[in-house]
This record gives sequence, structure tokens and C-alpha cells, in this order.
Amino acid sequence: MNERNANLLFATIAILVALVFTSFVLVLAGASPVAAYWYILKGSLGSWTKVADVLVAWVPLLLVTTGLLITFAAGLWNIGIEGQIVLGGIFTTWVLRLLQHSAMAPGLILFLAIAAGALGGALWAVLAGVLKVYGGVNEIFGGLGLDFVAVALTLWLIFGPWKRPGIGSMSGTEPFPESLWLPTLGHTRLSLWALLLGIVSIALVYFLLSGTYFGLKLKAVGKNPRAAYLLGIPATRYLMSAFLLSGLFAGLAGAVQVTAVYHRLIPAISSGYGWLGLMVSMLINFQPAWAAPVTLFFAILNIGSIQLPIVLQLDSSLSGVLQGALVLSFLLMAGVRQKWVARLRAEEGEA
Amino acid sequence: MEIELRHIHKTFGPVHANNDITLNVPSGIIQGLLGENGAGKSTLMKILSGYFHPDSGEIRINGSPIVMHSPADALRFGIGMLHQDPMDFPPMRVLDNFMVGYPQGLHPPRKEARAALKKISDQFGFSLDPDAYVDTLTIGERQQLEIARLLWLGAQVLIFDEPTTGISAQQKDSLFAALRRLAKEGKTVIFVTHKLEEVEILCDRVAVLRAGKLVGTATPPYDLDGLVRMMFGKAVSKGKRTPIEFGKPVLQLKNLAVEDSRLRIEGVNLEVREGEVIGLAGMEGSGQRQLLRAAAGLVRPVEGEIWVDGHNLTGKTYHDFLRRGVAYVPASRLEEGLVPTLSLMEHVILANEQRGLVIDRQAALEDTRKRIQTFNIRGRPLLPVESLSGGNQQRALLALLRPGLRLLLMEHPTRGLDIESAIWVWSTLKQRCREERTAIFFMSSDLEEILHYSDRILVFFSGQVSEPIPAESATTEQLGQLIGGRGFKTGKEASS
Ligand SMILES: Nc1ncnc2c1ncn2[C@@H]1O[C@H](COP(=O)(O)OP(=O)(O)OP(=O)(O)O)[C@@H](O)[C@H]1O
Ligand SMILES: [Mg+2]
Repeated sequence: MNERNANLLFATIAILVALVFTSFVLVLAGASPVAAYWYILKGSLGSWTKVADVLVAWVPLLLVTTGLLITFAAGLWNIGIEGQIVLGGIFTTWVLRLLQHSAMAPGLILFLAIAAGALGGALWAVLAGVLKVYGGVNEIFGGLGLDFVAVALTLWLIFGPWKRPGIGSMSGTEPFPESLWLPTLGHTRLSLWALLLGIVSIALVYFLLSGTYFGLKLKAVGKNPRAAYLLGIPATRYLMSAFLLSGLFAGLAGAVQVTAVYHRLIPAISSGYGWLGLMVSMLINFQPAWAAPVTLFFAILNIGSIQLPIVLQLDSSLSGVLQGALVLSFLLMAGVRQKWVARLRAEEGEA
Repeated sequence: MEIELRHIHKTFGPVHANNDITLNVPSGIIQGLLGENGAGKSTLMKILSGYFHPDSGEIRINGSPIVMHSPADALRFGIGMLHQDPMDFPPMRVLDNFMVGYPQGLHPPRKEARAALKKISDQFGFSLDPDAYVDTLTIGERQQLEIARLLWLGAQVLIFDEPTTGISAQQKDSLFAALRRLAKEGKTVIFVTHKLEEVEILCDRVAVLRAGKLVGTATPPYDLDGLVRMMFGKAVSKGKRTPIEFGKPVLQLKNLAVEDSRLRIEGVNLEVREGEVIGLAGMEGSGQRQLLRAAAGLVRPVEGEIWVDGHNLTGKTYHDFLRRGVAYVPASRLEEGLVPTLSLMEHVILANEQRGLVIDRQAALEDTRKRIQTFNIRGRPLLPVESLSGGNQQRALLALLRPGLRLLLMEHPTRGLDIESAIWVWSTLKQRCREERTAIFFMSSDLEEILHYSDRILVFFSGQVSEPIPAESATTEQLGQLIGGRGFKTGKEASS
């Protein structure tokens, strides 16, 4: 058996393990696994509207994963990604609130708002970077702290300065007028602009990491900072750029959540896409080429399981169980595979 | 324990790294293994110690065939190996590292381990502090730790893959004493090297590999020229010194002082001129490395000034030095010199001047192929650098240096290179001195190398630096004495 076939085999085993595990959970919950999987499929791909919904969920997840690929290339765990999405949402909302009653063309306002979102995410990420590079705070701890601060900031805004006329509520700020929604396709909720943004982003980053000096230097810094320094690469600058770019994409995701999905700022504006993006990144072993299909698959699971509470009285967090099980079983299989490859190399020699 | 290797074959893609090797090693002797870079020495030893599985062939211990799947397996059969590029766990304490691989349960017997470490250390004259951190140890001390560990785990056969590259003459003596002692106690010692003089003073017998094949064996008294011919298929000689005109000063150190947690060197005054080669001699850890690093801007001096080509670069970073045409070649190849997982081609891209934003892969591939040829690297452009043999990693490091450098600072420039390659590397370095007017400032633990290739020599003794000694009039004996601290006169005393 050669290594490529083996990779395929291990991936298949990982998927089977995850399915078996999830089925087991379903049986425990008293539901039929086959029915559940059928409804997930039907609920996500059963009609054009559903497919459009999948794509709506796909775009922010794809943007977040795109950003994370950059920090992972530099050997960084950008746990602050959640907060960066949130800040993107906040900045976008802020600009929309400032300009919504102005005479400016709606298209221009939207553009400025989305750009502001990108800026907000980038700022929040750079903050984590500054803490790491100049303050010696590990990016995992710094990021986690900044995540909490970002959520607290959202809540304060929603219940304080930006509260709805009358009383603030968990349902978020006052929705923006329809003219400030990203235009959607037909009767669906899908915005072609957002879709385009997502696809262009991942394509750009794929190219950035595989074909440019910047990407190569980033990898060198990530793999061996000391050697990179001796090769003349300014490590600090590259680490900061990685944070900045990663935050930029996270901020775009937040901006899309506000302008294309919720049309207002809500407390859970990130929808947990940051964590999900981290999971996807691990699942695809940080390889850009897999980001688009795997995030799409995760979006399918998310949208498909929305139906479950209604038809099967199951919690919709089932998609989370399946996704988590997938990541774990893939990591497990990666471990097994590594041992196997080591042995294979020892026995056959590497070509 | 008697080891028999029978008809061992091993290929890596198109490379036949071991080609039908049959070798017997009885116990109680030191078996030498000689061969040029990429001859297949490490591969053979990795097969014997369970890292690689041979494509075909058999390993026997005391007459019965064995099969091993991992180094841990090998250790169960009593075979342990010290690797060419030390594989240890730097952020640990010595004692914890000592206990790595100990097969018992969750509560390893720390007390016992401490006692065992002390006993082995005493027995072999090692100086290991169980509570020190491994990353503060010198390469020589790391080796001692590794020997102690393998012995404690019950190794009967100990394999040393080029253990003398990067350690001082002193440490080499104590290592050799330890090896002789191991052999006397009935252990089997296999000693991999390129250096004939080491074979001569240490080995009871020697086997020579060339291009994957066993080309001959010999016993004392050795015919050294014959061994060289076996290794390279031809005679090799060092060539004579050709004098080079020196130009204007490139590097000036003015009353420089450098300090770290271990020692302080001070009052260094030196002028290195275009085309000149300065060698730094001394026991490992006597301050050579600190001075070299300071001259590259990697360590900030606590006093004094550093000038490069008439520019005061004191307190500037390495990248400022780099822009002035200074380059630094570190000794630890995989820790500081190269980026593991990146390919040779990617290294070439990184080392070249950046042109535009997008990488031209085709051009890079051609460039890499050219360098592989010029530097005679056995490897392919797209393979990750860590798959190169030790000597070839060193060549790769040298192949990455830009042309037209003003000052080249090197830790152990020929570490791990066979004689022929070392001679060749120095001929290219000297060519830089002659044609590009590069000045070279290097440290080495090989006194012959220092004497032969330097124009002037600085000797270091526990943080003190001698006045520059003209190499032409110096002898190995004289340097040896100075390194040990006898007849030592510092530059400071001499000038005052
Ligand atoms: N993991 C590997 N993958 C591919 N090729 C390899 C690998 N290990 C060794 N080789 C190749 O096998 C050949 C023999 O390498 P080996 O490391 O045994 O040489 P060596 O005699 O130890 O040389 P050196 O003195 O430079 O350490 C080389 O051409 C090397 O490039
Ligand atoms: Mg080797």
C-alpha cells in the first residue's frame, strides 16, 4: 500500500469512527441515526433555499478559516479569532449607525462599513500580537482574554449606548433599514457579494502561502524562528503581519454577519465560527487547499441540523457533536498514520 | 556481544545508501567506521540501532538473527546509539533527560536515577550536574549525558556517530578515555568518523564505506594513505598555503567586552583586514562563540565598539550587520542554520535577494540544481533539508552564502565534513578571500584546521583572549599549551 492510498484509507476510517460515535450518541438520545442523517441531508441540500442558507453560513466560516491559515503558517495559535470576529461586527455596526441617516449612497456606506469591520478585526489581532511580541504574553492566553473583553464590549454596547429605543434586549441592536443590507439573490438570504468575498479571500491566501516570498518567509519564521532570523527575516514584522492579516479576515467575517446575515449587532455575533474555524484548521492539517470543501461540509452540518429539534425532538447541537467527533477522530487517525508512516519509512525508505 | 551484519541493503529512492554490507564486530573492541560524506555510515548505524529497517539482509547478535522495529526494540537487545546531530530535549533538566526512556511506570525512581547518574559519572570522569538544564550544556556534556543514559538503560553495544565534531580537544580526550574504558569492560563500541587520526589513536580495527559499499577493512598499524585511497578512491592532499594580500580593515573591535551568565571576556582589540582569516582556538565554552556572536550583532557587547567597513555598528542588530555584508554560519545546523520541513530549494529562495513578490519557482529550481552541483550536495531540490546527511547539510549551509560578502563569521565551518570536502570548502572560502576580498573570522575545535587556514590566531582560555598569534610561526604544541592556560598572555597585558 502506498502513502496516498493510505491517507485516503485513514481519512475514511476517521469519518466512519466519527459517524459511529455520533450514531451512538443519537441512540442514547432515543433517536434513529439514519433518520437524523437523512434530515440533516434534507435540511441542508433539500431545496435551493436550503442550499443558499448553507452558503450563507459557509462564507463567514470560510473567511475565519482563511485568516487562521495565515497565523497557523507562522506557528501561531490565534485563539483570539472569536474576539476579532466580534470586533469586526462592532466596527461595522458603528459605521452603519454613524452613516445610516446620511445622504451617502447605500453602496458606499456598506463598503465603508465592511472595510471598518476588517480594520476592527485587524486591530484586535494586532493587540494580541503586541501582547505576545512585546509583552511576552503567549498568544493563546492573550487571545482568550481578548475574546472575553470583546464579548463584554458587545453586551455593554447592546444594553448601553446602542440599545434599542425603550429597552435593551438580547435580540440585539435596532435592525438597519433594508437599503443597508447586502443585496441578496432572488428570494434567498444569500448575498453574491459575500460569496465572492469568501471565495476571493481563500484563493488569495492560498496563493499568498504557496507562491509568494511573504508566505515562504512566514513559514520559515513559524518552523524555526532562530534560523529565519539568521537568514535575515525580520521575525517580529512577520509575526505581526500574520496577526494583522488573520484579524482582517476575521473582521470581514464579522462584517458579513452584520451586513448580510443579522442586519444588526447581536450578542452572539460570531456564531462560534472562530472555534469552528480552529477545528476545521486542525482537521485539514492547516492545508489551504482543503479549507473551502471542509468548511462547506461543516456549514452543511450546521444548517442541516437546524431541523432536528422540530422533526426529531433532538437538540440542534448535534452538528457540534458530529463536528467535534470528526476533528477528534481525524486527529487520532493522524497520530496512528504518523506511527504507521514512520514504520513504513523505516522499512521501505522514503522515495 | 558479537554483532554480525549480513548482506545489508538499503535504498532511498534512487540512492543505494547501503549496498550489500557484511561486517562482524566482536565485543570488547572499538570498531571504527570510515567514509566520505554520504557514504552511508549513518544509514548503516541507524539500521543497527532500529531507526531504519533494511530492505534486505540480516542482523545477528551472538549468532542468532534478530528483528527490530524501533530504537526502543534495539535498546532491549542492548544496542544504543548517539546520533550525529544530538537528539535531546533541551528544556529539561539533566536528571529528567537521563530518565527518558526508562521503562518503569508512572513513578520513575528519581532517587535511584540520581545515584546511578552519579555512579556512572564518577566511573567515567564526567562532570554532570543533575539539576542543570540541558540547553546550558556544551555538546560534549550532552554526549556524556547520553552515554550515561544508554549505559543505565543497559546498552551493551554503543554506537557513536561522529561524536568528535564540535567538541574541544580536551573533551575529546575524555570521550576517548571513556570509550576505551567501555571496550575494556567488554562492551562493543562502534565509532563513526571521517578523521584518520582518530582512527589511528582509538580504533582496534576499521571498516571503510564508499558510495554505500564496504570497500575494505584494516587493523593497526594503519596505512593512512591507503585508507584515504579507500575512502575517496584517490589520494587527497591539503595543498600549500598561498599568501594573500590583505586590504583595508573590515572588522575592528575596540576594547570590546562581552558577557553572559557563564563568563566575561574583555579588552579585545583586533583589526581584521580584507582577505584575512582569523581563527579562534580554545576549549569549547571559553568565550570564542560569544566573541563571534558579538561581532555579528547577535549578542550586544557590554563595553567597547564594533566597526565594520568604517561604520560603527555597536549595539545594532544582526540584520544591520547583514546589510553591511556580514554573514554568520552557526554550528547547530538544524537548530539555527536550516529550517526543518522546508526544502533545499525553499532555502535557496530565502537566501537569495528577494525579487518582486511572487516566487519564480522555475528559476529557483534551476538555481538550486546549480548549487547542488557546485557544492556537490547529495540531495534533491525538493526534499526537506533534514533528509540530507550531516555533511550534506553543512554543504547546504555553505551553499546558501551570498557572493560578495565583506565578513564571514563561522562556527566550526567544516563540522561533519570529510577530509576531501573540508579541503574543498576551504578552497572556496580562500577563493572568496582572494577574489572578493572577504575577511573570515572562525572558530574550530580542530587545531590543524586553525593552523593551516588562519593567518592569525586568537587563543581563548576561560574568558581570556590572547594577543593575535601569526599562524605561520605557531605550532600545534604551542597552541595546545596556550589552550590549557600555560604561558598565557592576554592582549590587554601585552598592550599595557
Ligand atoms: N531519510 C532519508 N531520505 C532520503 N535520503 C536519505 C535519507 N537518509 C539518508 N539519505 C541519503 O543516503 C545517503 C547516505 O546518507 P548517510 O546519512 O548514511 O551518510 P553518512 O555516511 O552518514 O554521511 P555524513 O558523513 O555526511 O554524515 C545520502 O546520499 C543521503 O542523502
Ligand atoms: Mg552521517
